[in-house]
Amino acid sequence: MPEMLSLSNDPILFLSVMVAKILVVFIVVVLIVAYATYAERKIIGRMQTRLGPTMTGPLGLLQPIADGLKLFFKEDIIPAQSSKFAFILAPMMILVPAFITVAVIPFGDFITVGGYLVPLHITDLNVGILYILAMAGLGVYGIVLAGWASNNKYSLIGGIRSAAQMVSYELAAGLSMIAVFMLSETLSLRGIVDAQAGSVLNWYIFSQPLAFCLFVITSLAEINRTPFDLPEAETELVSGFCTEYSSMKYALFFMAEYANMIVVSAITATLFLGGPAGPFAGPINLLLKIFFFMFLFIWIRATFPRVRYDQLMFMGWKVFLPLALLNIVITGAVIVF
Amino acid sequence: MEYLQLFFFYLVALVAIVAGFCVISCKNPINSAISLVMTFFCLAIFYVMLHAPFMAAIQIMVYAGAIMVLIIFVMMLLNQGAEVIARYRHAVIGAFVAAALMMVQIIVLIKQGAVSATVGPISSDVIETVGHTELIGQALFTDFLLPFEIASILLLVAIVGAVVLAKREV
Repeated sequence: MPEMLSLSNDPILFLSVMVAKILVVFIVVVLIVAYATYAERKIIGRMQTRLGPTMTGPLGLLQPIADGLKLFFKEDIIPAQSSKFAFILAPMMILVPAFITVAVIPFGDFITVGGYLVPLHITDLNVGILYILAMAGLGVYGIVLAGWASNNKYSLIGGIRSAAQMVSYELAAGLSMIAVFMLSETLSLRGIVDAQAGSVLNWYIFSQPLAFCLFVITSLAEINRTPFDLPEAETELVSGFCTEYSSMKYALFFMAEYANMIVVSAITATLFLGGPAGPFAGPINLLLKIFFFMFLFIWIRATFPRVRYDQLMFMGWKVFLPLALLNIVITGAVIVF
Repeated sequence: MEYLQLFFFYLVALVAIVAGFCVISCKNPINSAISLVMTFFCLAIFYVMLHAPFMAAIQIMVYAGAIMVLIIFVMMLLNQGAEVIARYRHAVIGAFVAAALMMVQIIVLIKQGAVSATVGPISSDVIETVGHTELIGQALFTDFLLPFEIASILLLVAIVGAVVLAKREV
């Protein structure tokens, strides 16, 4: 049994492996973000009997690069009446929490590098789930600040809506996760993956179907995806919080939206679908699960109309929250008796 | 290793102090609030460095993620920064006096005695092996069950009170 690689037994190898893992995960996430925009346009196009992007490169595959270049070279406009500090800070505050959440997601078992065992996750926190919840809580600031700093009434309404929406759905999402770690008896994501190891029937989607449904729906609301995209409702709020943004700052908002989708898919796969468990190599299994959920989210966007604001609040506080609490009570009762 | 840790501590401390200074010196209340979030974040990093990851996560979730969002929410809706500053200009002197007194107190307190090492059965090694969350959970639900339940009833009363205040006819 080889030793675990750590800072004490081979510092240089440890640091280089660490940097390599971070770089690989970051590049993979950025690539998925870029091609999620392409996939979204292609899939929704096909679902509405259109073609989607076809002209840039074979099958339109170079479209994300063309879009990126276009946004990069556009004029960066900062409105004269805006609050500049918050205006520039907002896109960063929404993108950074989305990206650093990926750090705790385990994407495989152990591999051997230079005679040492290397775990396939960037870090395994003792409080992994709480870290994810904390970062999701920080994501609110980006949208709220963007809405306020733009000095535009539509943006402000979008920002306020998102603050109310994210704070109320964060609660239900957090409570639906509690049932999962009541079963696994650990907050670390690595521990949760280990608790689901063995057979497919150990996956928490089978023992916690209610928590799974609640988590997917409330996460959709928390990352402002359709049918809960009221903060950026195009028809009534002219894109809401990002109306005044242009160029790369606008692109950052979009990158954050897709990065959040990836994060939510990865967390759902880890908590309920056994994380990297499956027939192929660990990272490939996880990627397949992530792609499945992203496809589901795109499918939902192509299918469902936007909910009304009072329906949104009603569902959050009077349906999802009591259901999540009920699920905790049932899980607790089953564990005790 | 120790140098690295020390360097990191001073870096975070510097950011915390600069952010704390921004909280009181920013003209715009929203910018002050963002600086306060930054200070909370630095505090959470200190908790992590003190082997208290659970406290760090709760610090960010509760203070940065919930309370400050609500405060910013209210500020955005009222948006009367300039008026409030003009009305409460005299409070600046009071704040400075309070801050000076506090600093004197802290200096006296620190000079009073030597800083002792960790007392009691819970050391960093115990936290490393058992886990911080588990230790806090065990303490809360066994030794401190009564205070914990009283605090939860207090919170329930506050929730009911908020509902009563917001909706007079139920």
